[in-house]
Formats: sequence, C-alpha cells, structure tokens
Amino acid sequence: MSEKREIIKVTDLRREFIVGGEKVKALRGVSFTIHEGEFVTIMGTSGSGKSTLLNLLGCLDTPTSGEYVLDGVSVRTMSKDKRATLRNRKIGFVFQNYNLLPKTTAVENVELPLLYNPDIKQKERRRMAIEALDAVGLAERLEHKSNQMSGGQQQRVAIARALVNDPVLILADEATGNLDTRTSFSILVLFQQLHARGRTIIFVTHNPDLAAYSSRNIVLRDGKVISDTPNPSPASAKEMFDSLPVPD
Amino acid sequence: MNLANLLKIALKALNNNKLRCFLTMLGIIIGVASVITMLAIGQGSKDSIKAQISEMGSNMIMIHPGGDRRGGVRQSADDMQTLKMTDYEALRTDAPSLAAVSPSVNSGGQFINGNNNWPSSLYGISPEYLEIRKIKVGEGEMFSEQEIKSAAKVCLLGKTVVDNLFPDGTNPIGRTVRFNKIPLTVIGVLESKGTNSMGMDQDDMVLAPYTTVMKRVLAVDYLQSLYASALTEDMTDQAIEEITEILRTNHRLTPEADDDFTIRSQQELSQMMNSTSDMMTVLLACIAGISLLVGGIGIMNIMYVSVTERTREIGLRMSIGARGRDILAQFLIEAVIISVSGGVIGVIIGGAASWIVNVVAHWPVSIQIYSVILSFAVCTVTGVFFGWYPAQKAANLDPIEAIRYE
Repeated sequence: MSEKREIIKVTDLRREFIVGGEKVKALRGVSFTIHEGEFVTIMGTSGSGKSTLLNLLGCLDTPTSGEYVLDGVSVRTMSKDKRATLRNRKIGFVFQNYNLLPKTTAVENVELPLLYNPDIKQKERRRMAIEALDAVGLAERLEHKSNQMSGGQQQRVAIARALVNDPVLILADEATGNLDTRTSFSILVLFQQLHARGRTIIFVTHNPDLAAYSSRNIVLRDGKVISDTPNPSPASAKEMFDSLPVPD
Repeated sequence: MNLANLLKIALKALNNNKLRCFLTMLGIIIGVASVITMLAIGQGSKDSIKAQISEMGSNMIMIHPGGDRRGGVRQSADDMQTLKMTDYEALRTDAPSLAAVSPSVNSGGQFINGNNNWPSSLYGISPEYLEIRKIKVGEGEMFSEQEIKSAAKVCLLGKTVVDNLFPDGTNPIGRTVRFNKIPLTVIGVLESKGTNSMGMDQDDMVLAPYTTVMKRVLAVDYLQSLYASALTEDMTDQAIEEITEILRTNHRLTPEADDDFTIRSQQELSQMMNSTSDMMTVLLACIAGISLLVGGIGIMNIMYVSVTERTREIGLRMSIGARGRDILAQFLIEAVIISVSGGVIGVIIGGAASWIVNVVAHWPVSIQIYSVILSFAVCTVTGVFFGWYPAQKAANLDPIEAIRYE
C-alpha cells in the first residue's frame, strides 16, 4: 500500500478543551496514516474521542498540538476561512441525520456545495449534481423534495452531496445510525461500491458490527488508538442485504 | 463566492419560508405605506389651504376701526367711527407699497325683483376692491369713477343673488332690483367663486359704489373698514407699517397713544393655518415613523428567530465549505431582499391608499417624492441594521456545535 498516495497523515494529535475551568483531554496523542482508496471505520464508545477526531479530520476544528496533513496540506495553522474552502474542495460529509435543506429538491441539495465554489458555472453544477445522484441510484428522483423521500433516500442524497465536489475523502458520521437494518445495509452497499471505485472513506460509528465491512478498523479509547487492524477481506454488504427478509 | 450564487442561496431560503418572509415584510409594508399616505394627506391639506388663501388674495390687508382694546374693554368695530374718507384718500396717495385700496361699507337686507326676494349683503366699495379680493366681473362692467362721484344707483350681483332673484334665467343686466326701497340698476354680474374654506358662499354678495351705500343706504360719513393689497406678498409687513404711520398721523395720535384702528393681513391667517397643518403633518409623520420602527423590530425579531431555527442549516452550510462571511452575506441579503421588496410593495400600497382617500373621502392628497424616498431609505436601513446583528450571530456560530444543534 506504500505506493499509494497518503490522504491523511496525523502525528501525535492532541486536543484539549476547557470545560468549567477544568482541562479535558479528548485526544491524547493519536497517530495514523490513511492512504488513497481505504475504507476505514473508526470506532469507540462515547467519550472515546471519536467525535473530536472526526471534527479534526473534517477540518472543522484545529488540534491543540500535533500535525495533521490532509492530501499534502498542513491543516494545523490554517485560518477558519481557509479551512472552509479546504472542506469545500477536499471533503464530503455524510451526517447521521442527513442534514438536507427542507423543502428543497434532491438536485438542489446536491448542488449546494458547488454554490460555494465560484469556479463552477451553473450548467456544470447541474450536470455534476445529476451525475452524483446517478451514482447513488437516485437518477429518477432529481426533483423530489427532501421531505417527500424516505430516510434511506435522504441519506443517498446526502451521500451524493458529499460526492459532488469529487472530494479526496468522504467522512461519514454514524451514517447508518438513523436507519433500520435493511436500509442501513443498502447504504453500506453503496459505501462499498464507492470504495470499490477507489474512494477514500472514513466511517465513524459506535456499532462494532460494521467493522467487518471495511478494509481497516481503528478503535479509540480514552483519546488513544487501542487497535488499528487492516481487514484484507471485507464481508460483502450486498450479500447481507440480499439475505435480509424484504418487509411487506 | 460570487454574488449571483449568494443571491440564489438567499432567494431559495426565502422561498422555503414564504409565510415567515411575508409576515416580516408586512411590518415594513404597513410602515412605508402609512408614512407615504399620511404625509400625502398632510401635504394635500396644506396645499389646499394655501390655494384657498391665495384665492382670497394672499397680500390682502384689512383695516378696521378701533384698537384691540380701549380702557380695557373691547368694543365692536361697527360702533366705532374712526375711519374716515380722508384716511382712504391719504392711503391712496401716500402709501407706495400699496397696489390698491378700497373703502368698505356694507349693509344687509332683502333684495327684491318683482315677486322674488333674497336676503344678501350690499357692499359699498371702489373698483379696486375687485383686484384686492380677486373678484372678476363676468358680464356687464364695473361702475366708473363718475358713478362713484354721483353716488349712482347701480350695482353688480353675485351668482347666488342672480339665481335667486332671476330664477327664470332672464339676463339681469339693465334690470332694476330694490334694496330697502332703493332701486338699483344692475350693470354687471360677478364671476362665480364658489364657497371658501370656511364654507361661506362667496357669490352671495351685491357690490355698489361706496358713496351710494354711505349716502343713500346707511346715511353715514365714516367707513366700516378699508381693504388694501400690498404690491407683493413679501411687502405686506412694509405696507402695514406705512398704513400705521399714515393713519396715526391722520388721526393725530400722540406717540404714547394706542392705535385707534386694527390692521390684519392675510399673511397672519395663512401663517396660522400653515402652523396648524404643519403640526398635523408632524403628528401624522410621528405615527407613521413609529409603525416603520415597529416594522424594523419585526425584521430583527424574525431574523433572530430564524438564525436559531436554522442553526443546523448554518452548520451544514459551514461544513460543506461556507465561510463565516458567506453566511453573513446570505442573512444580510435575505434581510435586504425582505426590506426592499417590502418597501416597494409599501410604496405601491401607499400610493394606492392616497388615491383611495382622495377618491372616496375627497380629501386633497399630494404624494411627496421626499416621503417616498425617506420611507424607502429608512426601511432599507432598518432592515439591514436589524438584520446585521442576527446575521453576525449566525456567521460566528461554531460549525461543530451548529451541525449537532437539536
């Protein structure tokens, strides 16, 4: 794997918060490297620091100390505005509660990140949004409004939105947390398909069952990495999905 | 981030919240419309007062006998006999600021033509009276100096008097009407002036030479009043000084004695009426201004609630690459769009309301360009001002907290 591009390189990452006058160490020195094309699950119970790590990896926050290099760019000393632009160009977010704009069509929701990129013209924007929706299997529902869609469909729109700017990294935060088992697997199938096409995905979850479907599993506890195991033969989410009974 | 995209984002956000957007606008619409309508009504009534005053003769000066008080007791001007013919002649020759002077003696009574009769007033005046009071002779002609000298039994009738004495429509010129048994030959008919601002019929009058009224009707040798007009409206004060000077000399008043006459000018009247209507306009503007302010507070309120309500949306926008200033710009543009479009609708409704007031209530209105510009500017400024704070708050949100906000 060493010949592949390094997407993420974190070295001795630390993050401290001051809560009520007391120093809380959320991350106590985390180091790992993620290469292009990996599908990494990051696990841990609540309080393990996985949310803090996700915020740092997503450039929403900056570490107290330690180095974070995203696709060759050091994030640690970046200004708020520069990080916003970096997020816009390099990262796609998928959230637990989808976070789609209400009363807005699928295609408009997917176009949203491109609106914050002045280099992309209107026609191109539309084409890219349609392509992304096609990639998540929603080519037939371009003009459906977010409140007219099921949870699974909404999450697909959210994934399309994360894909639309062709990011180097997709960050999923409990992306299946709000969905029933069957729909969860359909979303996992989608992630595996994206992975097969060479996307780099980080999937943060507290559900240990999901580790079997990724190519690498990092477990956090008390702000430290306690295990980092590659999974050379991930289980197929598709098979699991097919084996689940179809509800009436 | 370019402006076109920002506009698009703001418009979409507004479109998603049509009702909220409309309610916010409502405050601005009512504010702007009421400012425009109220100022239009205020200015309209001011204009119509001005027009009526200038119709009466804006540089008219009235001189009545008797000071304001004598020995602490006010007296009726009719009982005093201090104005004489010599005063009239002195004013005619010695007052350079006066354009015209006319004596005035009048008597009320019944006018009779055949079996028609009508109560009216007979005004004994000189021809210059027409110029002073802005009266025109419609048919026939004014009496001459010769007819004044001879105290000729001639008269000119106002429209109302003609209508009542000659109901069959015969031409009154050349006919004779009787007033207190004195036959007067009608030599002219006055042009109609309608009612004045006090509701008095300005056509219910009969004019005759002052000599005729003094000698043949009243049998007096003093004048009831004098009418004059200054050369221009601005010269009214100067004219009043001249008149005072001449009359005091004529009446041989010592410097410490009070005037034994009273001078009133139309200017005083117009100033008084203007100050009344100015006060009304200010009052109306205050009410309208308050409604505009309330509209502005409405915008702030809604924008503020909207920031809280849309915290997750703001967090999402930030996580997908919106910078603080993009969020700030979006909320500001939303505030500007709401206030500007509210302003435009308000201007239209204000114009329509003024027109309806004019048509339905027959109040004179005059829409002021400055009130349109002022109210529009104020509502835009309040919109931006009150939109700024919540927008700033939204822009400074921490994306991590915002996205997880429940």
